[in-house]
Amino acid sequence: MHELALADSVLKAALSAADDAGMDRIDRIVVKIGELQQIERELFEFSLTTVLPAMDDRLAGVQFDLSEELVRFECRSCGTDYGRDDAGIEGDGDQDEAIHFIPELSHAFARCPSCGSPDFEIRAGRGITLERIEGSSEDDPG
Amino acid sequence: MIPGKSIDPRSFAIEDRLAGVSRIVGVSGSKGGVGRSIISSTLALALADQGKRVGLFDLDFTSPSDHVVLGVERGFPDEEFGIDPHFVHGIHMVSVAFFTGDTAVPLRGDAATNALLELLAITRWGDLDVLVLDMPPGLGDTNLDVIQLLPRLEFLLIGNGSKVVIDSVRRGLDLLTELDVPMIGLLENMHRGDERAVESLALAAGVPFLGSVPYDRDLEDALGDVDRLRASAVYSAVGDVLPA
Repeated sequence: MHELALADSVLKAALSAADDAGMDRIDRIVVKIGELQQIERELFEFSLTTVLPAMDDRLAGVQFDLSEELVRFECRSCGTDYGRDDAGIEGDGDQDEAIHFIPELSHAFARCPSCGSPDFEIRAGRGITLERIEGSSEDDPG
Repeated sequence: MIPGKSIDPRSFAIEDRLAGVSRIVGVSGSKGGVGRSIISSTLALALADQGKRVGLFDLDFTSPSDHVVLGVERGFPDEEFGIDPHFVHGIHMVSVAFFTGDTAVPLRGDAATNALLELLAITRWGDLDVLVLDMPPGLGDTNLDVIQLLPRLEFLLIGNGSKVVIDSVRRGLDLLTELDVPMIGLLENMHRGDERAVESLALAAGVPFLGSVPYDRDLEDALGDVDRLRASAVYSAVGDVLPA
């Protein structure tokens, strides 16, 4: 379950952003989950909500807003825009597993459905991104 | 955070993941073919044999070969709170070859940067005396990324007596000096006869000369066999290149 490591990185990034913004408490963390990495959402969410918030008092009571983003590849050879289902990646096997660990390994397995090129850009839906945090400071006017 | 701008969270975890690592040594050569992978792998093996806790991270994502040098089979790493490196021959080892086997991995610079960030963010290296990084050739994206992401990195440069290598290493030394990257020194590989160009370059650049690994025509037969590797001239030469 390297979902725990990914969740840990989200919270570290959120705490750093809170430091930058002078927040004493984080109320909401908005995270986007890319389809390509195929993370186990339940494990990821469990790590975020149950395992990790004890790492910092500013996370007490934090809410999470998770949304998923579909992967979009763009072929650098012919310009075709395509999704995971059209990329020829074998599901439920070693290819899926490799991409789960390192999404860029899709370059070893995915091919453009139009021209067969392995040279593509992952334009959306790669992995985990921290979209936004909401919180407040004790100095905020009540 | 800047409104409307998302954050890639992975870089925030790297310092923690490497907190138990005492030294991070990047084995680099400005030119391809100078023997970085053989030196990196053999250095890791020699240090492990000395009883040190050693990690080996093959950063040549498009052409990994440390697993070939050390004769390590493909296999996914164990996954628990991150990924655990393979533990083989006393070395904690990570390579994309463990994930992809013999399949080619064509990566442009931004994709290589992402792969590096991902592995640094999720790999649990634990407590190590030394983490050896087998850097890709040149001074392109991955090398610059590593310099930026790992401020404790020390470079161990590899060169040989070829004019094209000397010219390339000289430029690499200039850049690393300009970037203020700590340098362990310059090691000569594939030394022949009374060649002194690498030693002279180290002297002129003001970096320690770490010695010469003699050219070994039988080395090819030792690749993939750690017992034969241990009997090689490379193994004898690299065991003490890291100053305390």
